[in-house]
Amino acid sequence: MSAETLRVEGLQTHFFTRAGVLKAVDGVSVAVGRGRVLGLVGESGSGKSVTGFSIMGLVDPPGRIVGGRILFQGRDIVGLPEGEMRRLRGSRIAMIFQDPMMTLNPVLRIDTQMIEAVRAHDDVSKAEARARSRDALGRVGIPSPDERLKAYPHQFSGGMRQRVAIAIALLHQPDLIIADEPTTALDVTIQGQILAEVQTLARETGTALVWITHDLAVVAGLADDIAVMYAGKVVEAGPVDRVLDRPIHPYTRGLIGSVPGRNRRGVPLAQIPGMTPSLLSLPPGCAFRGRCARADAACATMPELSPFGLDHLARCVHPHLEVMPG
Amino acid sequence: MSAAPLLALEHVSKRFVRAPDLAGKIAKVLGADVRTEIVRAVDDVSLTVAKGEVVGLVGESGCGKSTLGRVVAHIHKPTEGRVLWRGRDTAGLSGAEARDAALKIQMIFQDPFASLNPRMKVAEIIGEAPYVHGLADRRGLDAYVADVMRRVGLDPSYRQRYPHQFSGGQRQRIGIARALAVQPEFVVCDEAVAALDVSIQAQVLNLFMELRRELDLTYLFISHDLGVVEHLSDRVVIMYLGRVVETAPTEALFAEPAHPYTRGLLSAVPRLTSRKTAFRSVEGEIPSPLNPPPGCHFHPRCPHAMERCRIEAPVLKEVAPGRTAACHLHD
Repeated sequence: MSAETLRVEGLQTHFFTRAGVLKAVDGVSVAVGRGRVLGLVGESGSGKSVTGFSIMGLVDPPGRIVGGRILFQGRDIVGLPEGEMRRLRGSRIAMIFQDPMMTLNPVLRIDTQMIEAVRAHDDVSKAEARARSRDALGRVGIPSPDERLKAYPHQFSGGMRQRVAIAIALLHQPDLIIADEPTTALDVTIQGQILAEVQTLARETGTALVWITHDLAVVAGLADDIAVMYAGKVVEAGPVDRVLDRPIHPYTRGLIGSVPGRNRRGVPLAQIPGMTPSLLSLPPGCAFRGRCARADAACATMPELSPFGLDHLARCVHPHLEVMPG
Repeated sequence: MSAAPLLALEHVSKRFVRAPDLAGKIAKVLGADVRTEIVRAVDDVSLTVAKGEVVGLVGESGCGKSTLGRVVAHIHKPTEGRVLWRGRDTAGLSGAEARDAALKIQMIFQDPFASLNPRMKVAEIIGEAPYVHGLADRRGLDAYVADVMRRVGLDPSYRQRYPHQFSGGQRQRIGIARALAVQPEFVVCDEAVAALDVSIQAQVLNLFMELRRELDLTYLFISHDLGVVEHLSDRVVIMYLGRVVETAPTEALFAEPAHPYTRGLLSAVPRLTSRKTAFRSVEGEIPSPLNPPPGCHFHPRCPHAMERCRIEAPVLKEVAPGRTAACHLHD
């Protein structure tokens, strides 16, 4: 068995809409190893969520994976028959969504849902499934799990619901968890609690984690590696310290400069001008060049993702090679 | 004696009451335990804002920060207490004076999708209020609207478009333009950048700072995002379950929080500079405002809670020059 839990190579997920082909994910390559956390960072429309859905095999028409490979423990799972994918999904690969109500059925009690999830993959008695559910709830910090099993989702607060969703994802001790903005809708103290829980769980169980978010600060504290996406492509990737301290791509620099609260009160933030281009009418070449201060004629051809030092990749012909000030 | 602050709240409370409906009343007659539900969304809050100041109002969901913002913006009437505008009670104003005070305080909302009428063109959204209030006449209105749009970084040639034709960031600019069109002095921003992408959020925050300088604006900036508040505010007010628990100048608050809740909040905020950290946070959850804990509202989650905290609510008092906190630890 390979040490890498997940390797995505040249993934292309396109949506065939009436207005044209939308290349939501266009040649994305990322990898994450056992017990490691990959932060997949980007703004709305960057393709970070579609990458997550593609890994889960949950892309619905008009979307389709048109190219690339998704190697899960060395085996390509693109185009796997639905039956086999079902066996992986929920047991070996699990997903946590931004809105826990996407995971939970509002009219069923938590125990019904959790026992069903256990028995979907393991042939165990109801009593055993219930015991496992209770343990999973306890592990994510839900007080008095025995009573809470009998409650309905609406009887939980938002933070507790997200904990239940995480507990369900953990039921089968998956090898890989895709978490799509799971703390974005939560209050900061609850987010802090959940990040702490997730961190411990990933460390203890060796689960590989892909954490999809727009929040660089969350990724800074959680992830081992970062991949920054822009308009369907990875523009920079590498170890957290490298990417955040010595960002190479002007977009990554702009993103970091945009984060407020870095002891620079009242100083204008280093904003990125303009807005994300429409995926339907991307200009040829680098998708960021319309907003980039360094852009010139050379940017009219799409740069390759090239190495800049150990494990540090960037897709830019005018890279920043100096340490980011401040 | 210094001049009266631009805005002052004196012991303002806002309660929302839900009386039992017919079915509830019948059930009560039959002996069921049905009570009138009272939410103390804002509970005895006093606050002053000086001219030109940016006050950040921070708290988690359900702490009453938005309700307080709406009381300031004349959208809600306070149940108790007074709102003073330039030293005068707004409840006592009438006619032109009342209208003037209402116009001078404007509000910008969180959701740029829900706060703009989808059937109105941008020119109408921005131009309606100044026209009604006589800030621009029919002939000058077009130029007036174009001017306001330019000020917030919108292309005036888009003024015949509808809100759905704009991106989220541009829509928030429309909301800002609408507020600025009546030439306010005081702007209440309720989570005004929370729904925006990071790079767009930075643009809008820069715009807020620019407008403050150019138009001499005063802001009450309501946000759950401590990073945003730290960047923008001169002074920070922390709320918990309807009460103010701490106020301090921004630097002082972030350097040395005085209230255990503030300390917990600050430790929970993820930072770019903290790598591979063990995340820490306040334990437990914010209790229901329908049934807040007795004494200090924070005591069930507080690591320093004493017997006294369970019985007696601490009052907000000065703990250092310019700083107040409501905590028995400071006695």
